[in-house]
Amino acid sequence: MGERYEIRLAGTGGQGMILAGIILAEAAILDGKNVTQTQSYGPEARGGASRSEVVLCDEEIDYPKVIQADVLLCMSQEACDSYFHDLKQHGLLIVDSDNVERTPTSRALGVPLARWAEEATGRQITASVVALGFLTGLTGIISRASMEAAVKARAPKGTAEINLKALAMGFEQAERFLKSRRG
Amino acid sequence: MAYRLMQGDEACAEGAIAAGCRFFAGYPITPATDISEVLARRLPQVGGKFIQMEDEIASMAAVIGASVGGAKAMTATSGPGFSLMQENIGYAAMAEIPCVVVDVQRAGPSTGLPTNPSQGDVMQARWGTHGDHPIIVLSPSSVRETFDLTVRAFNMAEKYRTPVILLMDEMIGHLREKVELPPPEKIEIVERVSTSVPPEWYKAYENTPSDVPPMISFGEGYRYHITGLFHDERGFPTQRLDEIDPWIARVFRKIERNLRDILIYETELVEDAEVVVIAYGATARSARHAVKQARQRGDRVGFLRLSTIWPFPERKVEEVAERIHSVIVPEMNLGQLALEVERVVGRRKVIRVCKANGEMVEPREILEAIEGAGRWL
Repeated sequence: MGERYEIRLAGTGGQGMILAGIILAEAAILDGKNVTQTQSYGPEARGGASRSEVVLCDEEIDYPKVIQADVLLCMSQEACDSYFHDLKQHGLLIVDSDNVERTPTSRALGVPLARWAEEATGRQITASVVALGFLTGLTGIISRASMEAAVKARAPKGTAEINLKALAMGFEQAERFLKSRRG
Repeated sequence: MAYRLMQGDEACAEGAIAAGCRFFAGYPITPATDISEVLARRLPQVGGKFIQMEDEIASMAAVIGASVGGAKAMTATSGPGFSLMQENIGYAAMAEIPCVVVDVQRAGPSTGLPTNPSQGDVMQARWGTHGDHPIIVLSPSSVRETFDLTVRAFNMAEKYRTPVILLMDEMIGHLREKVELPPPEKIEIVERVSTSVPPEWYKAYENTPSDVPPMISFGEGYRYHITGLFHDERGFPTQRLDEIDPWIARVFRKIERNLRDILIYETELVEDAEVVVIAYGATARSARHAVKQARQRGDRVGFLRLSTIWPFPERKVEEVAERIHSVIVPEMNLGQLALEVERVVGRRKVIRVCKANGEMVEPREILEAIEGAGRWL
């Protein structure tokens, strides 16, 4: 069995978690990887916990859902409280510090995703795309070119430009973060 | 053709189009709505018709009417809608009308958990409508297989003049994965058997050597009768045993003599196995994951994945069970297909791994059952 890489994106219905998962999955295909994308949400269209999962592997993927996440993104307090237990021991936990006050571990990486989105595009709704840029920039699991192509292909009509701006903001912040780590 | 990300429901809709489906009638319901959405857009592009009906009873009736009119026809629904369709599915079975009914299973009973998967309709797919009747039920476990089995469902429906149920589940219906669809020239398409006899000689329910009577569409100048009552060769109601008994025998025979075409399954690593996991639908994904892990650990475990669940592939299960001591049957219900397995494997231990709460059976749970099976020796 090849190494699986598992990503879980969790938030509230309407934040764009499922679309974010689809974009990640499509970008992964552009990179030549095998991928599955699943979701879990309640019967309501807005509000309520919503999560999207992406599994990447060089080989065939049998079980399509996350077993233990390598990366967990939490865009709401509820998501963070519910899904932290499935994170791998050295997994990466990214939380939107504008929406998550209490983090379950000091190793959590709290970043102001909503504020960065506001700064980059003037629209908080693009926070999920900022998160995608930050997440892939940090982990390097998917190439930037593929992410840009996937965002462009999936952005609602007339919004490609602002979504690419949001993505670029995520990548820039990831670079800045990595640089600060290297000292 | 290039790789793309595709959802199970979308693959079902595309499979239907590829198979020649040109009529869809349905009523929206999670998690089957995506099939309707795609077909509402796609069918008009290929000269087909899409109708949103007032409910599932009418949807099934419209599908039967369209098929009698000569179109390959389909509907798609989930638990509550599948319950409403049962009476007319029986009508299609009695009148031998080719059609495909897709049930994307969600947790039930009743409205249950609309967005969660289940395999709770296994018995309903077999016996949901009243009376003894043959039926074909196919259950895909990947997005690509959903496309392939939808095509096969149409082929079998047309070839054997029978309703075919495509029993999906929410996990596969909503799952997106990387797929490459086969090019059109690689897809086998089967058309229903017609006839060139003059109208006055045509018998809609004639006992033919193949056991499948040729079917002429309404409107082609041939007069015949269709009814849900037991009927004679011309389709008119009868109570004569010498007409009823041959009909019953024929409709079962036409399925039973073609099992080689109808039964679809896949075995892996069964040659030296001591334990075999038998699974279908989304649960087969968990099962394969678990079997591979157990093999890495050195356990002699095999895997039988069923794509056709009705008629139940009993000969294959019997054969696989011959040299093993335990069978593990994971299902997202409280043990429905396990009953069939138990019926055919004799004294072998059958271990059920069941879940009916809207969650997937996880590989870990199947792995534990594999460990447990070893301990009973």
